[in-house]
Amino acid sequence: MRSVVVAIMLLAAMPAAAQSVTPTGAAACSGCHPRSAAAGAPITPLASRPAQEIVEAMQAFRIGARPATVMDRIAKGFTDEETRAIAAWVSQQR
Amino acid sequence: MRAAPSRRNLLGGALAASAALMTRPSHAQGLTRVIVIGGGFAGATCARDLQRSGLAVTLAEPNPLYTACPFSNEVIAGLRPFEAQRFGYDALRAEGVTLAPHSATGLDPQARRVTLSDGSILDYDRLVLAPGIDLRFDALPGYGEEAAKTLPHAWKAGEQTLLLRRQLEAMEDGGTVVIVAPANPFRCPPGPYERASLIAHYLKTHKPRSKLLILDAKDTFSKQSLFQAAWKELYPGVIEWVGLSAGGRVVRVDAGEKTVETEFGRHQAEVINVIPPQRAGQIAVVAGVADRSGWCPIDPVTFEAKLQPNVHVIGDACIAGGMPKSAFSANAQAKVCAAAVASLLRGEPPPGPRLINTCYSLVAPDYGISVAGVYRPVNGVLADVEGAGGVSQANAPPEFRALEAAYAEAWFQTITAEVFG
Repeated sequence: MRSVVVAIMLLAAMPAAAQSVTPTGAAACSGCHPRSAAAGAPITPLASRPAQEIVEAMQAFRIGARPATVMDRIAKGFTDEETRAIAAWVSQQR
Repeated sequence: MRAAPSRRNLLGGALAASAALMTRPSHAQGLTRVIVIGGGFAGATCARDLQRSGLAVTLAEPNPLYTACPFSNEVIAGLRPFEAQRFGYDALRAEGVTLAPHSATGLDPQARRVTLSDGSILDYDRLVLAPGIDLRFDALPGYGEEAAKTLPHAWKAGEQTLLLRRQLEAMEDGGTVVIVAPANPFRCPPGPYERASLIAHYLKTHKPRSKLLILDAKDTFSKQSLFQAAWKELYPGVIEWVGLSAGGRVVRVDAGEKTVETEFGRHQAEVINVIPPQRAGQIAVVAGVADRSGWCPIDPVTFEAKLQPNVHVIGDACIAGGMPKSAFSANAQAKVCAAAVASLLRGEPPPGPRLINTCYSLVAPDYGISVAGVYRPVNGVLADVEGAGGVSQANAPPEFRALEAAYAEAWFQTITAEVFG
């Protein structure tokens, strides 16, 4: 069901302008972050979360203000601008 | 860059025929066709993403079930059922991907045609090769396909995984296990050391008088200081690692005698796991996209092979600069490649990628460590983004290691659901 929705979204996005293109790096998030959380799942789903919340978390990871195992190491690989673009895209995924 | 004529002649002598076919329109039925060869983490991800972008995709994969390598070391150590490693392609079929249950045996890059093992011929506009690795059975004297039935590699998950498991179960307490580790590059750089860790966990639990010896063809390895600190803490006196300069390189094996030979002497062991040198899967060689190293140079933006136009290579088979050969890398590369192929077929410039890798290793069921990296194209190769990435912190408390072990399992559930579910 979800995959059908995603397929429709992508098809709809195909001829559209740059903002609907997956921002650089964003596609890799779903390697670890599930679409939706099963009960007790340890890794936070990102879809539908407010973009600002994701941006703030990434900034906190980058400067070490938020405890992390691996996200501190990953957040340092993206600029503020890239992080905002990723957060905006990820938050729109359903 | 184009392949040399001598290489082209290896492609089934189809040059003469292809000249006539070059005028054939590539969009025969107005449909753009993409073929993906190999249904592992790279190929299955790519096929699915390409299909979702509206292209007609055929995935050639001979096996009805995929057996995942990540976490197969837990199967070997008796911590996980084999069935937890197996995944089918029904979800891909349901999304419209055409499954061709055959391996690819030939390629005519001029005519853009792939020949499958059943003799069928498929035309493509773009081809994606995700063939994974082949084990080089010609590289280590004494270690061929027949020897692997006695001295398992277990480096392609499946029957070999179960064979190594059975050998460990059958070994008496007090026996010795040898792992022969290859030089770089190879699939899953931390894999031999995760395997050593989890086998040591099994030995400590069930056969506490046994030992494990790693004979290594290199002097350093992935997450080395974390592994070695953990071995000292969890498995004191169980694991011995012998690096290249200490005489660890194995130069010959004897399956009948169950011995391995280094430049310094022979070792006899009850269980010998030989992880031999590797190269890109055979179809990459047939396609002329592998260079003399046995791996495939690619453009880091599109993953198009540098040796053959309209052919892309992703996953373990490609030379991805700083990215290790991992399932996470394969999945990330596949998404970038799918987006690039869709852009190229629309006549648009492909987006500039940034890729992520995260590799978890288990040292014990509740003790995980990781290495991460962020990568971008620099001067034609995928380079580490400086300041990002690296390994888990040293001297972390047990809760931290337990959290990484839980994240490792969660990662496997998520990525296999994304790729196959």
